[in-house]
Amino acid sequence: MTELTDLTLAGARDALRAGETTAAELTEAHLTAIEGAGALNAFVHHTPEIAREQAKAADARLQAGDAPAMCGIPIGVKDLFCTKGVASQAGSRILEGFRPEYESTITTQLFDAGAVMLGKLNMDEFAMGSSNETSTYGNAVNPWKAGNSDAALTPGGSSGGSAAAVAARLCLAALGTDTGGSIRQPAAFTGITGIKPTYGRCSRWGVVAFASSLDQAGPMTRTVRDSAIMLQAMSGHDPKDSTSADLAVPDFEAMLTGDVKGQVIGIPREYRMDGMPEEIEALWQDGIAMLKDAGAEIRDISLPHTKYALPAYYVIAPAEASSNLARYDGVRFGHRAALSQGDGITEMYEKTRAEGFGDEVQRRVMVGTYVLSAGFYDAYYNRARKVRTLIKKDFEDVFADGIDAILTPATPSSAFELGAMTDADPIQMYLNDVFTVTVNLAGLPGVAVPTGQDRRGLPLGLQLIGKPWQEGELLNVAHCLEDRAGFVARPAKWW
Amino acid sequence: MSIDKETARRVAKLARIAVPDDRLEPLSQEFNAILGFIEQLQEVDVAGVEPMVSVTPQRLKRREDVVTDGDQPAKVLANAPDAREGFFAVPKVVE
Repeated sequence: MTELTDLTLAGARDALRAGETTAAELTEAHLTAIEGAGALNAFVHHTPEIAREQAKAADARLQAGDAPAMCGIPIGVKDLFCTKGVASQAGSRILEGFRPEYESTITTQLFDAGAVMLGKLNMDEFAMGSSNETSTYGNAVNPWKAGNSDAALTPGGSSGGSAAAVAARLCLAALGTDTGGSIRQPAAFTGITGIKPTYGRCSRWGVVAFASSLDQAGPMTRTVRDSAIMLQAMSGHDPKDSTSADLAVPDFEAMLTGDVKGQVIGIPREYRMDGMPEEIEALWQDGIAMLKDAGAEIRDISLPHTKYALPAYYVIAPAEASSNLARYDGVRFGHRAALSQGDGITEMYEKTRAEGFGDEVQRRVMVGTYVLSAGFYDAYYNRARKVRTLIKKDFEDVFADGIDAILTPATPSSAFELGAMTDADPIQMYLNDVFTVTVNLAGLPGVAVPTGQDRRGLPLGLQLIGKPWQEGELLNVAHCLEDRAGFVARPAKWW
Repeated sequence: MSIDKETARRVAKLARIAVPDDRLEPLSQEFNAILGFIEQLQEVDVAGVEPMVSVTPQRLKRREDVVTDGDQPAKVLANAPDAREGFFAVPKVVE
């Protein structure tokens, strides 16, 4: 039998139901893998006791024949999700010691379905970053290496720990969140699949807020089918999140026929950027050829406001963050700075936030404060929201013209070295999200699928963008692409 | 639009983040790089365009205006850095 950690989520589900393995065995195999993978710094809070207890309960359900798809499946949970009694810090020092008294809706749904939590996963502080280098836990490390180089690479961000853990077979699947590309970029950097669902598909209740109008949680897995299965368990209406959609959730896995005949796939000319590496262009052309060969119709399209997506994002996201992060005041939870004689409440706020927030978070909170301040609100914030309307309209127009899904590269490069961006100005890091951020602004579903490798052997991914609420149709196109690309490479174990 | 050291100081104050004096100058330069990038938005013709309020058109659900939660002060205070006698404790606010 194959190693238990090499199973796909779907394979593990089937093996569990057939009695070929147990949730306890699967869980132990993954706990052992995690113990040996400290060098990746993916798991930052370990919960083996909870995992063993959940596995035991899952085995009982499996024996009783009452086993939903996620029953007995060991997963990792991004540190952004509040998990009852378990440290939930959003990768930040300011939430040091915080143990929620409640469980997020998504983890509740997954646990109700029998999923097993192995621990909490590393991430950029408050999900602000594209390389997992802003984390209070230190960098997560990509299990992939470039050719013969021994340099440590970024797994991407902000869901860097989730991506590294899934790629290194430390868990069968992981929870991620995506505000500007934080599921899709790390998925592409580590050769795995990740989907950001339509805004409102998954409840945000109990997920630490970064930019509330953009944040969505999603699954990160090794196959498209696994993403379909996990997304199913995560989705659905939640009265506790007023933006969660009261819509029926289709059977996503059942929609994976692989048949894309007659589907119209749009290729947006604005995503062909100056200075884009040849390998990314070649990857994109290969993807186009694969879908065409599978019977899809390929059509060139224009999304004219693409260029303005990143600037609009860097007004809207910091503005919302400055408001959301106002709650970290050293009063109700987390870190409070030591005060000097005579310090009042203002000094307590200012010192606590200076100590608790890292540089990038401080920068974004202050940029957000500035664009919302009197005199600049119209020039920056309102203008950005108008541009956002135009970006969404770009997508609505092409969908109205008959486009079913849009194919683009997922990232402008493969994974880069940790530390490579340290001296660059912040904008250079922001450019990582150039292909993904439009999707958050428009509230659409987007999936990253590994389809190739660069000349140094690093994985590269393509992104598919779908219509609102059509995650099933989108995953089906992704499934076709996955099938045609036949990506089977995996990182050689060095950790 | 250019941010000087004094504006950086004012923004840090508004955001309630203590920034040491020698960090204000570099911080203002970082702000200027980001605002320079954002400046591109001024090129876009937004005449007659509504600012986006909700990315998915929806009417927020309503519920009965009744108490649905509460009466758990111990849980609410469990994570406070300083809590006394059922209250959050902060430095003296009123002289």
